[in-house]
Amino acid sequence: MKLDSKIPAGPVADKWSNHKAKMRLVNPANRRKYHVIVVGSGLAGSAAAASFAEMGYEVSCFCYQDSPRRAHSIAAQGGINAAKNYQNDGDSVRRLFLDTIKGGDYRAREANVYRLAQVSTSIIDQCVAQGVPFAREYGGLLANRSFGGAQVSRTFYARGQTGQQLLLGAYSALSRQIGAGTVKMYTRHEMLDLVLVGGQAKGIVTRDLVTGEIKAWASDVVVLCTGGYGNVFYLSTNAQGCNVTATYRAHRRGAGFANPCYTQIHPTCIPVHGEDQSKLTLMSESLRNDGRVWVPKDKADCTKPASEIPEERRDYFLERKYPSYGNLAPRDIASRAAKEVCDEGRGVGQMVDGKRLGVYLDFSAAIKRLGEPAIRERYGNLFDMYENITGENAYRQPMRIFPAVHYTMGGLWVDYNLQSNIPGLFVGGEANFSDHGANRLGASALMQGLADGYFVLPYTVTDYLAGVGLTGRPSVDAPEFKAVVKEVQDRTQWFLNNKGNRSARSYHKALGKIVWEKCGMARDKAGLEGAIRDLQALRADFWKNILVVGSGDQLAPELERAGRVADFLDFGIMMCLDALHRDESCGGHFRTEYQDAGEAQRNDDKYAHVAVWAWQGDGQLPVRHTEPLVYEDVQFTTRSYK
Amino acid sequence: MVKEHDNLDSHGEQTLSLRLRVWRQSRGTTGHFEDHALAAVPTSASFLEMMDMLNEQLIKEGKDTFAFDHDCREGICGMCSMTINGMPHGPLPGVTTCQLHMRNFRDGEMITVEPWRAKAFPVIKDLAVNRSAFDKVIQAGGFITVRTGSATEANNTLIPKPVADEAMDAAECIGCGACVASCKNGSAMLFVGAKINHLNILPQGQPERERRTLAMVKTMDDAGFGNCTNYGECQAHCPKSITLDVIAKLNRDYLRARVKEFFSSTGKPRKGGD
Amino acid sequence: MSACSCCRPASIGKKIVMALSGLVLAGFVLGHMSGNLLMFKGADAINAYAAWLHAHPGMLWGARVVLILSTVAHIWTGVLLTLENRAARAGGPAVEATRRATLSSRTMPYSGVVILTFLVFHLLHYTFRTVALGGQEFGDKVYEMVVAGFSQPAVAVFYIISMILLCLHLSHGISSVFQTLGLRNERWRGRLDAVATAYGWLIALGFISIPLAVLLGCIK
Repeated sequence: MKLDSKIPAGPVADKWSNHKAKMRLVNPANRRKYHVIVVGSGLAGSAAAASFAEMGYEVSCFCYQDSPRRAHSIAAQGGINAAKNYQNDGDSVRRLFLDTIKGGDYRAREANVYRLAQVSTSIIDQCVAQGVPFAREYGGLLANRSFGGAQVSRTFYARGQTGQQLLLGAYSALSRQIGAGTVKMYTRHEMLDLVLVGGQAKGIVTRDLVTGEIKAWASDVVVLCTGGYGNVFYLSTNAQGCNVTATYRAHRRGAGFANPCYTQIHPTCIPVHGEDQSKLTLMSESLRNDGRVWVPKDKADCTKPASEIPEERRDYFLERKYPSYGNLAPRDIASRAAKEVCDEGRGVGQMVDGKRLGVYLDFSAAIKRLGEPAIRERYGNLFDMYENITGENAYRQPMRIFPAVHYTMGGLWVDYNLQSNIPGLFVGGEANFSDHGANRLGASALMQGLADGYFVLPYTVTDYLAGVGLTGRPSVDAPEFKAVVKEVQDRTQWFLNNKGNRSARSYHKALGKIVWEKCGMARDKAGLEGAIRDLQALRADFWKNILVVGSGDQLAPELERAGRVADFLDFGIMMCLDALHRDESCGGHFRTEYQDAGEAQRNDDKYAHVAVWAWQGDGQLPVRHTEPLVYEDVQFTTRSYK
Repeated sequence: MVKEHDNLDSHGEQTLSLRLRVWRQSRGTTGHFEDHALAAVPTSASFLEMMDMLNEQLIKEGKDTFAFDHDCREGICGMCSMTINGMPHGPLPGVTTCQLHMRNFRDGEMITVEPWRAKAFPVIKDLAVNRSAFDKVIQAGGFITVRTGSATEANNTLIPKPVADEAMDAAECIGCGACVASCKNGSAMLFVGAKINHLNILPQGQPERERRTLAMVKTMDDAGFGNCTNYGECQAHCPKSITLDVIAKLNRDYLRARVKEFFSSTGKPRKGGD
Repeated sequence: MSACSCCRPASIGKKIVMALSGLVLAGFVLGHMSGNLLMFKGADAINAYAAWLHAHPGMLWGARVVLILSTVAHIWTGVLLTLENRAARAGGPAVEATRRATLSSRTMPYSGVVILTFLVFHLLHYTFRTVALGGQEFGDKVYEMVVAGFSQPAVAVFYIISMILLCLHLSHGISSVFQTLGLRNERWRGRLDAVATAYGWLIALGFISIPLAVLLGCIK
């Protein structure tokens, strides 16, 4: 596998502008002759599709939801970072760049991160012009808040629904183009394969989820913005439909998959309540500003109501372990600490699967200090949400929280141009790997999705198209397309015909349990090796006993789920393999063998590289390649929050 | 609402036995209700998790599952859409179906589950409907025309906080369609009002204000939605509690746009006139 | 305006026509009701008022034209709205639940039809004189005509029921006028609804007082 990152030469601050000046262009009159396929309609996909259409390309955009506006970018709560320095508190492009590199635990590509910080300011301009109702000060200027432990206030927000408002902005730009006829939007269409002609990405195969029609689409370039793979864990904060199929199918066609073991666990989610739970709900991290995290010191107290456990029998474990940061310790550290106390049997709440997985987040001290109205003012909507879901009043008794999978930093490998190792296949947003390293900072995901979609892909895809010229697009009747359509049809038919006895959901749950236990917040060699064996056995069982009800010619949720779970099973093996072969701890990847009293121990000599996996065939283990991470500008340092 | 000494499951949690009447409809057919019994539903489960349980039970019996729309399951994507005992998103005001929990139902209760019912939202299968009419309304004018890269510095546009807040109140709409489903006229005025208000009150939205209003209302009418007769059911069922104010303002903006259009000057003499 | 949107006016356009024509009619019933209350001043007062009206045919016919146009517009938009709304609902859910819509709002088409029926009867009785109640020609003696009419309990009861429905119709109609013209918000909604309801009752009780007075023998 050839991995050329194509990082432009020169100082990091000038790379992007120099590169832009050198990139090739396409004559406006010729642009409409190129067909661009965009898969996914979240922040990156909508923004890219709208921007391509504005430039004059013929665009087709696909999403599995019933409307592009439903993409899961919509659920982001906190905000979006930008180095505007409106607060005059010393922020700059360079500082945002350094924070992101450090937050990613020195496992991100320097040049990409710098570009992200550079274009962040244009994103805010663009969104405001679209009518995104960001929070304002009384003077009419944009308001900011500090977020995710940053020392500057650079986060722009729209109440607790920043992701929704940004997505609606991108969706409105996309809708304008759909209305103008320059984008053809295909909703309820799922991409099931990528088509390569002469080694270049030249189209996709989709299934119309309403009619069941399997169809090939030819294009000059394919852009995947299909999100992350958090649902491999079954329970996560992702939407039900989020899946790895588009990127994994591209991987099977030759695209390298980078750093699949980098997953982010968010510490403040509502705990699992039972076997039939389908989803974990995130509660804003801001709760940790006023809540104190504790569990009983003694296991025997775990079944008692919190009010009956006296102060001296409580263990405020974050305050005890991290006296200077206390309850505000970073996401990965707070998450692991909660898991540890629960593994010791000191968790609280409902027993699920023989364990109590929850810790208290107690507001009684803050209520005593500030009064209930002040707390209601700050967190009222979160307390209401908590009560709606759990039926408990958090003003009277402590909340229960537990970490949950939230975001995935790994993704398809891309070069500086966001092009994968397959020419003509570009990847944007959470689906690629490049900007967050081993851990993502708060309010950075929205920034990256929009940066890719609005300000990077339009340039780099144009450069690619200028290179391939106008003779490049094959017909969908080409044998390459027919062969892939046949494969997809056969696979679909196999699912419908298989006389199994077990539902896709039950396989998904089993898969989730294995990876959450062995490849979740803390990993070790023996566990990962066991997980790979278990997953291989589960995979074999799946391809024998899967039962898919419904028919292929109309909406068939079970068929959709089976296809996605099949890809998640293969992907899960690759994720464990990646975790097993990264013999260090960094960011979201914590190997218990590599720690210094609970702190992640990086190995920069051996692992300052991107691990890129190449597919080897059905049932075969993928092969690991590497792209060294060359830091020209920043120096490695160790994160410490003690 | 659960009785004191109800069934308990293995975790010591209260559970319910339910009788369910669920709408079954394949593409191209008229549809009918199917009756099912479902036991051991934990009161902590969400309504959609209860539907998952029903579907898993059907799979065990080798029967087709009920198709229903859902995605984020945290009340923001707007995809879930069920009329539960006649109420879109169920009996609890201010939440979506995915945020409705089974503790709001009684043991032994009969629950009727239907799709959104409106001419503009044809049924695709079972409980899933086609809401693309909403997208068409947005495509007609629910945007501010600004090309990528052509925006000016963000803080050049001052927006008073009350104006930004009011725009945000309207922009919170999740586009689920409960307003249409709850309206006894199948009217989409709350949705369209919310979308138009969000853009029409912001300074950035002024250049296209009249054009947007007329185009979106025309598309709404053409899609086969009914007319608002001020029942107020939409506000009462809106999971984001968007108020009828947005409809009042839409009416005002529409009247304003019509009057402006009527008295507008084309700058040229009338064709075919004297 | 295209030909298509001419024959199918915009939804909000219809609503504005409905609101403005309704406003004219609501104003008219207030005037009509005030005139009727002259019954309590005696036969001379009301008969003189009727004679005065007939002595100014320009004003009378001007008002009549406006009223006829308003009534036609009101009925036309009402029929269109009702038919379109029924179609848009596609049958509605099998289980109907109502959380907020008032009785008056849900019965607008029905109360409207009853009021229209009443109106036809009322015109036949007083204006065209084709329905003769009391079995004789009254000429300009409106007072005697009213007393003769309401002395028949069936007529009085029909009248009272129609006026109660008019009250319902007005209480939703008046509050809707504010909404349709965009002159209402959450802060004022409750107060405007109260004004509308009060107006409805004022009109209805004003009208009903006369048949009641006749039946109870206060007016002979």
